[in-house]
Amino acid sequence: MSIAALSLSNVACLRGGRMLLTGVTVALGPGDSAVLRGPNGTGKSSLIRAVAGLLPVFSGTISHEGTMALSDESLALDTQATLARALAFWAKIDGVDERAVHDALAALDMTRLTDVPVHMLSTGQRKRAVLARVVISGAPIWLLDEPTNGLDTASVEMLGELMATHLAAGGIILAASHQALPLPGAQDIDIAAYRPIETEA
Amino acid sequence: MSALPRLIARDTALAWKSGGLWLPVAFLLLVAALFPFAVGPNAAVLARTGGGMLWIAALLASLLPVDRLVAPDRDGGVLDQLVLRGIGDESIALTKLIAHWIGFGPPLMVAVLPAAALLKLDGATILTLEVGLLLGTPALAALGLLVSALTSGLRSSGALAGLLALPLAVPLLIFGAGSLGDQSGSALKLLAACSLLLVGITPFAAGAAMRAGRE
Repeated sequence: MSIAALSLSNVACLRGGRMLLTGVTVALGPGDSAVLRGPNGTGKSSLIRAVAGLLPVFSGTISHEGTMALSDESLALDTQATLARALAFWAKIDGVDERAVHDALAALDMTRLTDVPVHMLSTGQRKRAVLARVVISGAPIWLLDEPTNGLDTASVEMLGELMATHLAAGGIILAASHQALPLPGAQDIDIAAYRPIETEA
Repeated sequence: MSALPRLIARDTALAWKSGGLWLPVAFLLLVAALFPFAVGPNAAVLARTGGGMLWIAALLASLLPVDRLVAPDRDGGVLDQLVLRGIGDESIALTKLIAHWIGFGPPLMVAVLPAAALLKLDGATILTLEVGLLLGTPALAALGLLVSALTSGLRSSGALAGLLALPLAVPLLIFGAGSLGDQSGSALKLLAACSLLLVGITPFAAGAAMRAGRE
């Protein structure tokens, strides 16, 4: 894995004519992680999407070294295909060996679901499938939006192990969550600190 | 195989699995079978009007899968994941255009043969019709993808897509159906020109629509 880096400098996000966040500055190097905390609707997901390049930033700069993988609320897997085939599609797009699919499924305790069609999976299993897609990508930068949503306690522990392994290998994690994440040593970023002060017009 | 051919293969496979390949064919044959019931079994009338009718049927058949060209990938987050991997919206639109054409263009051109037999079209007309469809179906695919990308975030997008696409298809219809009675070949050239224009702008226009739809 090459040297990964992710830095946000004075980033401001504008959504629907409303300034969500201003002055967000974060710098992450290999092995670093950060968790965006805050209640729903405060701009955590928007910031993650902006970092992913899916939303334009209003001002400031976001730069990254190394590829990114995103886990959010959408599945992005062909629901008619079996789990292994749906994940293999992304493995091929990412140019990753298909063995990575089986390794990731094993790491997330989903080996017995390999041949199950994606549309048959439960909520927690879908979330784990999304996380498997992130693991398979081999991208050094993980963007995880509410990664523990729908996961049971055992799965959250597995996620913790995967994240620890990823960080130990020099990866970067930027997560957003309103729940506690099994991510010791992460920078804690309280999103409320970046909310613009509402001024009377 | 790089990412773009994979995307074309995936979209074509999805169209195949959802019955997308047989739907336009069945539609065209059904229309061709119903047409004589509507205008009467007079061979001369059928031969004169049949070619134009097949063009209309081809146009409508191209709009059948419009509601599942872009919207499922947009809602499922597939587009997000592709953009995250550095694949441009224009490239995604181009792969979808090619896959949509593979999904209905060639099957339609095959289906025209039995349909033409039902309408008693002669050999020269069938040949002109096939050449016209070869030139015109990429434009129909482009039009379908364009309105599909524009309406992907809306509810009941299928009906709206039809309303948007049909007026834009008028030049294709004029030159496509016009080529059947035209001996000089200029109608086919104008059809090719229209087709080139639509195929040329669609990846950019549909790509811009998909990008705008993310915000």
